[in-house]
Amino acid sequence: MSSPVADPIRRFEAHLGNTMPIYLDNQSSTRLDPRVLEAMLPYFTEQFGNPHSASHAYGRIAGEAIEQARSEVAALIHADPRELVFTSGATEANNLAIKGAAHFARLYPQSGQPRDHIVTLTTEHKCVLESCLRLKREGFRVTYLPVEPNGLVSLDRLAAALSEQTLLVSIMAAHNEIGVIQPLAEIGALCRSRGVLFHSDAAQAVGKIALDVEAMRIDLLSISGHKVYGPKGVGLLYVRRRPRVRLLPLIDGGGQERGLRSGTLPTPLCVGIGRAAAIAEAEMTHEAGRLRRLRDRLQAGLARRIPGLRLNGDAERRLPGSLNFCFPGIAAIKLIEACPGIAMSTGSACTSASVEPSYVLRALGLSEADANSGIRIGLGRFTTPAEVDFAIDALAAAAGRLAAESPVAGQGGVPI
Amino acid sequence: MGEIARARPGVLARTETYLDWNATTPLRAEAAAAMSAMLARCGNPSSVHRWGRAARQAIERARAAVAALLDAPSDGVVFVSGGTEANHLALLGGGRDRVLVSAVEHDSVLRAVPEAERIPVDQDGIIALDTLDRLLAADPRPALVSVMLANNETGVVQPVNAIGAITRAHGALFHCDAVQAAGKIALDAHTIGADFVTLSAHKLGGPPGIGALVVTGELEVTPLLHGGGQERGRRAGTENLTGIAGFAAAAAAAAEEIAVYDRVRALRDALEAGLAAIAPEAVVLGAAAPRLPNTTAIAMPGVAAETQVIALDLDGVMVSAGAACSSGKVGPSHVLEAMGVGPDLVGSTIRVSLGWDSSEADVDHFLRAWTALYRRCRGSSVGARAA
Repeated sequence: MSSPVADPIRRFEAHLGNTMPIYLDNQSSTRLDPRVLEAMLPYFTEQFGNPHSASHAYGRIAGEAIEQARSEVAALIHADPRELVFTSGATEANNLAIKGAAHFARLYPQSGQPRDHIVTLTTEHKCVLESCLRLKREGFRVTYLPVEPNGLVSLDRLAAALSEQTLLVSIMAAHNEIGVIQPLAEIGALCRSRGVLFHSDAAQAVGKIALDVEAMRIDLLSISGHKVYGPKGVGLLYVRRRPRVRLLPLIDGGGQERGLRSGTLPTPLCVGIGRAAAIAEAEMTHEAGRLRRLRDRLQAGLARRIPGLRLNGDAERRLPGSLNFCFPGIAAIKLIEACPGIAMSTGSACTSASVEPSYVLRALGLSEADANSGIRIGLGRFTTPAEVDFAIDALAAAAGRLAAESPVAGQGGVPI
Repeated sequence: MGEIARARPGVLARTETYLDWNATTPLRAEAAAAMSAMLARCGNPSSVHRWGRAARQAIERARAAVAALLDAPSDGVVFVSGGTEANHLALLGGGRDRVLVSAVEHDSVLRAVPEAERIPVDQDGIIALDTLDRLLAADPRPALVSVMLANNETGVVQPVNAIGAITRAHGALFHCDAVQAAGKIALDAHTIGADFVTLSAHKLGGPPGIGALVVTGELEVTPLLHGGGQERGRRAGTENLTGIAGFAAAAAAAAEEIAVYDRVRALRDALEAGLAAIAPEAVVLGAAAPRLPNTTAIAMPGVAAETQVIALDLDGVMVSAGAACSSGKVGPSHVLEAMGVGPDLVGSTIRVSLGWDSSEADVDHFLRAWTALYRRCRGSSVGARAA
């Protein structure tokens, strides 16, 4: 990076020296792109105005920057800028989509039978499952559909789960642990034909695969800044205007974001996610190819050297940079400890401090022992071939050592 | 400009005069430095690997710094996206079905629980303590009372210590929105006597997009956002690491430099005296009450607030006609109405708010611009409105 804004990053790296491990946990968070930082900086300093202060130039400049960012995100998902609501992140966007739609439907029931039924998958992110659980306690009905062994939803099973009372289907676009991409257009068409809202948590998918809310008939879509090389603390919810999707706000007050989300908008963070979206749109095709090659290199390298290695989740329909393996007979946590030079995880960061095996891997039908041997690896924009080669060597060596200590064969996943 | 800290944050260009510090403040140098160090980190604070643990440590250090602003226990600090969310978390998550709010609260409090009982204020904007006492005594249901420490439009400071005593006597919980007061007057959770305190970073020199609800005791909070169990299950969502670091550094700097507000108070008083000399009929609202040192709400009878704000803006002086979040829409201030201010004065009130970087030159600029505006309006009927 020749940009002067890379200075703090370079200084930070120098400060860390070689003590920080290689970062292969890009599903949990991504490094801020220096170009995004550069775009954000003026709005932290000179252009600090409150974007809602319409009475003076400082406020108006900040407000215009936010609208520019909104347009950049809208372009990435083929939406109208007016359909995007800034939030504090994907967790808030998911909470707003699910609870907001449910609470609106209960407060303003349409003629006919009230829609009080929500369908989601057992493998969804915690914030979707927890939001549904909350609604269940409030009297809504929730169906948690199982997934196929490859992690994908069965469209037949989904169709059978829908009824006249179904209000909303919430299915993640691309999975945070196993990387599988759900058949969004098919789900969207099905939901539209049945008069059901389709919400998709696209925190992992946005900027990495092509998304089109029109073609895919998505009604609500959650976006995160820090999963796409933007800042933490900002996200958006796409809310369809035609046909109009109505929500009750979670956070009310000053009436910002068309009343759907009150609170002073953080201008630099909004500008950052806008720039991140623009970069992702411009570079997605090329970057996806590069990541796919790196991913294949990592997968092939490991398969060559680790007998019985299994891939979790569909081998084809997956994010370019995402891998999830079972290392047969090796406890994942032991393997991670044995590779201090690599930052990776057993699953979702939110639950990674827990000692329970991943509920996602269990939902694929893996035994507890196999689920305990699952490791998630996420390659990203700043991952180099040298880092991949280092990871292959480190993982293979550690796996060999650990397998010799406790030779137990695993059964989960797809043999490679 | 290679990083935030190098851009001389907190120091404004001198061709324009920014007197809208209650809407938002420039970033303090200390906050910029802390954020620059954090922006390059990519760890998710919930991850167990070293990147994640480094992020987690940074958050816990920041939590202690924010708690220190209030002299509160650090595990009581719940980081949220800002003051609006913190107010919602307290009012909706405090676990009390009966909620009482003062009539001059911020919209984020009023709209969190629209059916809340309203506690009236007197003509100076101070809440009626006897009414609060009577309301609490009249209904045995456990209640939560929300009264702000200082008002965003008038700067009027409430007798929170007395409010805390009354609420405790009735077994009610007390939430105090300290967003405008924090960093401008010394805070202390014991003095405030509140169970929940709302803070916002961008009002005290930190970045926008981050705030906190401080729980001063051993109370449970029902989360508003559900998910990954961050913030001890009280607020889900990946933490805004950079924002948290900036918030903590700004809070520490604000506490350290609180004495600068003695100077700000002198500037504000000079501004009010200057106005009174130019226009004896101008009214400072809430002047008889204890006020923040930086805020003044001034009514110039017969001249619409919008006219004043636009004219001042053209002269390079930035003020507002009320709260920033609603300053884009036209409507009378509920704060001034609650104080019994007549419609003519309500429609002609502007808010001028100063900050640590304000100077005599800023006050002079404001007075020059305002004098010109005043002469134009008084010289002709242009801009005058009978309400």
